[in-house]
Amino acid sequence: MTVIEQTTGLPLALPPVRGEFELPSVIEPSADVERPLPLHERILQSTVFRRLVVVAVLAAVWEGYATWLDNPLMMPRLSDVVVALVSSLVSGGLFARILMTMKVLVIGYAVGIAAAAAITILASTTRFGSDVLSTLTSMFNPLPAVALLPLALLWFGLGMGSLVFVIVNSVLWAVALSTHTGFQSVSETLRMAGRCFGLKGLSLVAEILIPAALPSILAGLKIGWAFAWRTLIAAELVFGVSSGQGGLGWFIYENRNNLETANVFAGLLCVILIGLFVESVIFRTIERRTVRRWGMQKF
Amino acid sequence: MNMINQPQIKQAYTATDTKPVLSLKNVTLRYRTDASIVTAAYDVSFDVYRGDRFILLGASGCGKSSLLKAVGGFLAPVAGEIRLDGKIIDAPGPDRMMVFQEFDQLLPWKTILENVAYPMQKAKRWSAAEVRDRARVFTAKVGLEKFGDAYPHTLSGGMKQRVAIARAMAMEPKILLMDEPFAALDALTRRKMQDDLLELWSGTHSTILFVTHSIEEAVIVGSRILVLTPHPGQVRAEINSHQFAFSDMGSTEFGGLCGRIHHMLFTPCPRHPKGH
Repeated sequence: MTVIEQTTGLPLALPPVRGEFELPSVIEPSADVERPLPLHERILQSTVFRRLVVVAVLAAVWEGYATWLDNPLMMPRLSDVVVALVSSLVSGGLFARILMTMKVLVIGYAVGIAAAAAITILASTTRFGSDVLSTLTSMFNPLPAVALLPLALLWFGLGMGSLVFVIVNSVLWAVALSTHTGFQSVSETLRMAGRCFGLKGLSLVAEILIPAALPSILAGLKIGWAFAWRTLIAAELVFGVSSGQGGLGWFIYENRNNLETANVFAGLLCVILIGLFVESVIFRTIERRTVRRWGMQKF
Repeated sequence: MNMINQPQIKQAYTATDTKPVLSLKNVTLRYRTDASIVTAAYDVSFDVYRGDRFILLGASGCGKSSLLKAVGGFLAPVAGEIRLDGKIIDAPGPDRMMVFQEFDQLLPWKTILENVAYPMQKAKRWSAAEVRDRARVFTAKVGLEKFGDAYPHTLSGGMKQRVAIARAMAMEPKILLMDEPFAALDALTRRKMQDDLLELWSGTHSTILFVTHSIEEAVIVGSRILVLTPHPGQVRAEINSHQFAFSDMGSTEFGGLCGRIHHMLFTPCPRHPKGH
């Protein structure tokens, strides 16, 4: 055993023995134990404000660049695009096309989620189901849903059926995969607690697994939503929705053919705005009311 | 400072029921890991009577948690039988409520009151109004009446365990299974919780099966202690500890009993072939 030696020249030190004390009472702290942050810091804390600043800067850059370029065929100014957007919405039938697109989207999304729920429940209750899900997901998840469009057209013809088919394909695997992952990460304690209360099978899935896995499920739904939205617009660029009534993608394609560049931008802007709305209003609200309130997700 | 009604705790043991609530006969438990099959408990028998605070005590890996899980219905014995009120246990059920060591046993999507009420709603033994009242009463019993509408993630570890205990006791289970419920708490909170559990018990006389690896906790909380050998868990001794409470902690008898148990746990028990 090695002995650590005191550095030569320094005396061995011992702390002095000090007197004890015990206070009979403590001072009442003055009122400002907690005080609000100054106004500018609270404004900077607001996510909405910071994001609006980003959007405003982007808009200013666009407007400035387009004015400097002065070529409305290639790059119309933001103000022109806004005018085109408003007039298309009011008189150009853009609103009807958005409705058409949303209708297809909602149908495809709903069918995809229902299918994902069925597969995931099967996968989380049986080992074989789990193998089926993993194999199918690894096969179909990397496959771009639009690549199935030629097949879909062959099977379902021009129209809504083909679009719903490709959307279901884009939603199903992403949602099933993240839901299954979520179920697998639910703690054993929580499962045992649920079984202790007499839950089993489907009631255990509905009352314990789904709420406990909600952060992953919501993440999957968001990814599924984005996939569906992209797939649909891409598919619509190839053909309309049904019997000449095109959707938003078709609106963009038509206007490009007519060299109405401002309208093309207006269509794109619509795609972005709808995506932004669903993400930052619908999904945010669901998150705020559920996973954040329950402390499962922080930011 | 000691709030427990001591005479009651000490007397309760003499007022016995003749038939055991829970009875284990020659129970052997095995579980499967990826590489092998492990025997967790071997040929374990014991009886728990109504009002018992029965402790399973042993070192890590002596199968005490496995025994508790088996009583809970989560693990089927490979030999022997476990009977609750005469009926063989084959699945988890609300007549045996379990309190786990982990803090994540509360449902994060329900408030404290909802958490306490939830198993009662599922059991359908009480009307909706009764469930609400009982949830409030039991939440108050563990001193959390102010937090009824809070969500679990806003509570400290000790408070979460209190909720879990309230939730389990409100169900009036035939037996309350506690798997090292205080092991993850800091020493001060743990001490307070042991005290509170005994106080709660003196109001309900619930039958408790309690797993711990702390000798002191076993002697204070328990009325009877089953000492298990490690690897696999086998019965080494059954000891009475109903005569001790917090106030006895410094006494020679208390120290003597702790020493005796300490000796049993830390000296290897000679094993002999079956039949003799």
